[in-house]
Amino acid sequence: MITAERKPLDEILALLGDAKKVLVAGCETCVAVCLSGGEKEAEILASELRIKAKEDKRKLTCEHTSAIRQCEWEYLDLIAEKVGEYDVVLSMACGIGIQSMAEKFAPKLVLPAVNTNMLGMPQEHAVWLERCAACGDCVLGETAGVCPVVRCSKSLMNGPCGGSHDGMCEVTTPEKEEIECAWGLIWELLKAQGREELMFVERPPKDWSKSSSGGPRKMVREEAKPV
Amino acid sequence: MSKTNDLKAGSNLEKVFASGAFVVTGECGPPKSADGTVIAEKAKLLKGYVDAVNITDNQTAVVRICSMVCAHTVQDNGVEAIMQMTCRDRNRLAIQADILGAATLGIKNILCLTGDHLSFGNHPEAKGVHDLDAITLIRMFKDMRDEKKFQCGDDMAVEPRLFIGCAENPFADPFELRALRLKKKIEAGADFMQTQCIFNIPKFKKWMEEVRALGVHQEIKILAGITPIKGAGMAKYMQKFVPGMDVPQEIVDRIAGKEKGEPQQAEGKKLAVEMIKELAEVEGVAGVHIMAVEWEPAVPEIVEAAGLLPRPVVN
Repeated sequence: MITAERKPLDEILALLGDAKKVLVAGCETCVAVCLSGGEKEAEILASELRIKAKEDKRKLTCEHTSAIRQCEWEYLDLIAEKVGEYDVVLSMACGIGIQSMAEKFAPKLVLPAVNTNMLGMPQEHAVWLERCAACGDCVLGETAGVCPVVRCSKSLMNGPCGGSHDGMCEVTTPEKEEIECAWGLIWELLKAQGREELMFVERPPKDWSKSSSGGPRKMVREEAKPV
Repeated sequence: MSKTNDLKAGSNLEKVFASGAFVVTGECGPPKSADGTVIAEKAKLLKGYVDAVNITDNQTAVVRICSMVCAHTVQDNGVEAIMQMTCRDRNRLAIQADILGAATLGIKNILCLTGDHLSFGNHPEAKGVHDLDAITLIRMFKDMRDEKKFQCGDDMAVEPRLFIGCAENPFADPFELRALRLKKKIEAGADFMQTQCIFNIPKFKKWMEEVRALGVHQEIKILAGITPIKGAGMAKYMQKFVPGMDVPQEIVDRIAGKEKGEPQQAEGKKLAVEMIKELAEVEGVAGVHIMAVEWEPAVPEIVEAAGLLPRPVVN
């Protein structure tokens, strides 16, 4: 899933400036599952903004709404009428949803209320770990289901660097939390699968043109297009 | 000794290896300012005491004068350079452009590294490149030299003649992978390797046993990494905070057992000399790589005390 974290209130207030009519728009998919931008979080943010406006003696009309998926046109149609009543939309969807809203309702001002951060999975309740870089050229079949592009701090494709110690990476997260060495994990799993030889395959330089280095990507499924 | 036309790059380092002599390399970190005289002074200190000197490439992810310019400076001052190149700050275009430039400056030895992670340095918010890794970097240089091909497959008229080095850390995990990983680097095209600083000699010897069991010590020139310890503080710091370092407690205790200052420095140099002598006896060790971090003046004394002077003159 796509994960996101809500921006601090001060940053949101700075983005809104002196907006008088603000609609906070949640999204019921990924950001709702990671407890950052679903309908509940949209409702909370709208009431925080109203309280803040009252404290500051500012006039503000602020309500919330939610779309099943902000990244699909048909779900945006369902909230179009409500969006039309406001000057500014504060979207709590991921970057895809925010852009879909901005495109659908252009030139209405659509502002982000969250920072989209990764393609991750909930490792345990309220903890998410990055799992995919959407690099466009999946190697999980050779790496025992552990992605070296995103789980190795240096995106190494040919085994562990000299900073692997006791199964851990020499790098920690910005919050100083330990990270497992991806190549240490890959090695243990390859051994368990009896596929150790894959560790010694010399992988050529990765084709990053299939990732964002190739420019914005477009996927077309001709066979699925309406006839 | 091999004939010159059998040599891959014809560097002094390659020729000393080919002569069968025990090789000594040093290391210089470029300064964190535009003062190029610093590196020239370091080169003058090491001239005649090492066969070549590594010039680090933004080591520990801290900005310094670039390794190519400093490699040129040390060569201008009579010491052959081993230009370090990491995958952290440059993509394959920049790396190939730099290596062509380095070759035109007469730089022949290149050390291929992944590079310390940006989070350890002074620009942790920078974008890490990591387009290549150390193994694809080695392969790219080998193909440039031997096939006259750029990484994309395009031909070039004049190839860079390179003596290709790599690094390996015998003290990192998983230990069982470390000798095999050296083999992978040799297959990619590495001609020589330098190890991480060795303090845990028994573990290094165990790693060398695995290297010999694979037979790869005959396919690559192995330089054992030595770092003279300047004081107990440095030993404790390396033991606790430097990633990939294995500093046994008895080493820390031995240095700490002397008074601070000159006595600890003397003990550090003495230890370095003892280690060089012990490592020189290990089958498959072709030389030592002395990394005197910001303590280059200690190198001549250590090399002399280890009985490694004069350095061979080869043609």
